[in-house]
Amino acid sequence: MAKVNVTIDNIKVSVEQGNTILEAAMLAGIKIPTLCAWPEINHRPGACRVCVVEVDGQRNLVASCVFPVSEGMVVKTTSERVRKARKLNVELLLSNHPTECNVCVRNGNCDLQVVAEAVGLREVRFTYPDYSTAEYIDDSSPSVVRDARKCIKCYRCVTVCDEIQTASVLSPTFRGDGVRIGPAFNLPLLETNCTNCGQCILACPVGALYEKDDTDKVWAALNDPSKHVVVQEAPAIRAALGEDLGMPVGSLVTGKMIEALRRLGFDKVFDTNFTADLTIIEEGNELLQRVKTGGKLPMITSCSPGWIKFCEHFYPDLLDNLSTCKSPQQMMGALIKTYYAEHSGVDAKDIVSVSIMPCTAKKFECQRDEMADSGFRDVDYVLTTRELSRMIKQAGIDFANLPEGDYDNPLGEYTGAGTIFGATGGVMEAALRTVYAVVTGTNLESLDVTPVRGLEGVKEAAVEVGPLGKVKVAVAHGLSNARQLMDKIRDGSADYAFIEVMCCPGGCVSGGGQPIAPSNEKRINRAAALYKDDGAVQKFRQSHENPSVKRIYEVFLKEPLGHKSHELLHTHYYKRGTDLPHAHDAEFEVNDAKNKATH
Amino acid sequence: MAGIDTTHMGAGTEEFTAEQLAKVDKIISKFKSKPGALIPVLEEVQDVCGYLPMSLQLRVAKGLGIPVANVYGVVTFYSFFTMVPRGKHVIRVCLGTACYVRGGQKILESLVGTLGIAPGECTADRNFSLETVRCLGACGLAPVVVIDEDTHGQMKPAKLDKVLAEYR
Ligand code: SF4
Ligand code: SF4
Ligand code: SF4
Ligand code: FES
Repeated sequence: MAKVNVTIDNIKVSVEQGNTILEAAMLAGIKIPTLCAWPEINHRPGACRVCVVEVDGQRNLVASCVFPVSEGMVVKTTSERVRKARKLNVELLLSNHPTECNVCVRNGNCDLQVVAEAVGLREVRFTYPDYSTAEYIDDSSPSVVRDARKCIKCYRCVTVCDEIQTASVLSPTFRGDGVRIGPAFNLPLLETNCTNCGQCILACPVGALYEKDDTDKVWAALNDPSKHVVVQEAPAIRAALGEDLGMPVGSLVTGKMIEALRRLGFDKVFDTNFTADLTIIEEGNELLQRVKTGGKLPMITSCSPGWIKFCEHFYPDLLDNLSTCKSPQQMMGALIKTYYAEHSGVDAKDIVSVSIMPCTAKKFECQRDEMADSGFRDVDYVLTTRELSRMIKQAGIDFANLPEGDYDNPLGEYTGAGTIFGATGGVMEAALRTVYAVVTGTNLESLDVTPVRGLEGVKEAAVEVGPLGKVKVAVAHGLSNARQLMDKIRDGSADYAFIEVMCCPGGCVSGGGQPIAPSNEKRINRAAALYKDDGAVQKFRQSHENPSVKRIYEVFLKEPLGHKSHELLHTHYYKRGTDLPHAHDAEFEVNDAKNKATH
Repeated sequence: MAGIDTTHMGAGTEEFTAEQLAKVDKIISKFKSKPGALIPVLEEVQDVCGYLPMSLQLRVAKGLGIPVANVYGVVTFYSFFTMVPRGKHVIRVCLGTACYVRGGQKILESLVGTLGIAPGECTADRNFSLETVRCLGACGLAPVVVIDEDTHGQMKPAKLDKVLAEYR
């Protein structure tokens, strides 16, 4: 591309034509403050005007995040005019913003705080209006809380929800001073098509969107001597928790995470990776059964609860394509209050089952009516990575210097196949390893199924599986990508046997409960940590080799897709559709996929 | 930040006749898959049904295959769209400076009391809608109330009952 020469604050740089002034300034080593722009997803609404600069020959100050460079352009970023304008723009944003940083969930990780500092604001001359909290805070959802008082109207959540996740729940409503970002008809989030993915939380630069915080409930359980508190952690936690606690992005912190959980007072530390392995056994067998008996294909993975709810809303006609397997979190929950309770002699009613998830949708999932097959709530509380890191900070634990702990049995042991569930393509890779071995009696030539790795939106692969012939598979992450595959299934042009869908871009490593803010670079580094665990740390790399998995079939489950599995490990889905407002789970027509797919 | 009236948002389609709904569907199919269809569709639907409650917005969204959040965004953005029904008669109370100083606000309060509705709302029997306006250019007659096309000048709260009776 052609280059143009521009001068920014007397520094000459040569940049690609079409670049913005903001990008050019970056090359000149100048960081212009920004708030609404999010170049990584090409979001540049030009709304906040915190990034204004002075351009010779332009009468008005221009927003550097959208204004393109041109040959010979001379830009000033620190003139009096610029400084005054930026300061005023931030001051105006704060004039109707409750400045309650001390008690705000984003204190210390807030872009509005950062820009206020960057422009040197020391005083807000306007008085903040008295918004009644009840009208502006929507905490109807078990996953996502909206606080419209703090919204600075950057529209990032709208772009993410509408374009990347295509759930299109949030939109700008009203106009001028009255603009408010929210669901249609100002409905509570719980009554909308919200998937609970939490990607809007990751997008929000301030404390206007955040996870429903359940740490107090977990603290209370930990401090109650009559309770036996058991915890499980999803694969992706060990690849991201460290970065919230002062370690580099992509640190693999399995041992420290386990040790921290023990110090917080959990009685047993199990691992969701164990039930990830178990999922592969159940789901792999379900796939083979569907292939053999002419069942519904392609079969689609069901571990991602945001994806499940999306499918229930937007593709209710395709619910039979979903695997009936519960997610690894819910499998673990059901086993903790049955298998583990029997094994340990602890009364299931005294067990509090907590899970640490990279995901806000898991909070909704654990409250679904049907997730009580143990006779109790299978999972009592879900904490996101962010909430766990908050608890670790509250407890004053020096995380980076912790010794390495080890998980407990019988629900802790796992293989590399379980670990890679946390990255997009991981479930597919793990399933292919085991399905291949079960069908052919030998291992895949290379256990690294690289075509399904990486951040491309839709990935395809074809594997020759002995007598089954060529098995075509596809992987999608992020719901707009999932839509592409679903539309293909709908119009009959999808010739895949098996599809993996993860709700969040990049998979669980960048789930809605992970440290803020996301980027592709972080996705890649976190995934690399999981592949390292799989390739270099774990003794076994195939789920069916997991000794604890073998044992649970021997002593408890008996056989894959057997009676006990059906009772505890499989589930059914609701045809929710998109008519608003949505009612409670129990009022939906129950889909009979569970019976059809398995008998 | 504007609050929104939620009283009519849940209204079902049953209050519209089968004929009206058939017209709505025809409008939708006429514009379907044309770019920029939303605003003209909403205009025509509002012409047929009088207002755009939740049920109609959902119908339009479904029919055009677009998210209802976008429909709602457009409906709330343009002031000529309304989510509350219009009464058979529209009462507009002037609150321009001249009317205001000569008691316009008192007239409004009195109407709110008599009709039992706030500005922007419609009576349960759908006979009256109440609106406020800023200056109708009839300052000499202040305070002014306009009902449909008729201008009633030099209004007093005491005279309201008699005036309203003509429209019952
Ligand atoms: S959103 Fe940011 S500026 Fe606003 S109260 Fe929270 S921390 Fe403070
Ligand atoms: S949680 Fe996901 S689906 Fe729900 S509003 Fe946020 S981005 Fe949209
Ligand atoms: S809720 Fe957050 S992300 Fe959405 S517009 Fe407001 S400030 Fe931006
Ligand atoms: S960052 Fe440029 S206008 Fe907001």
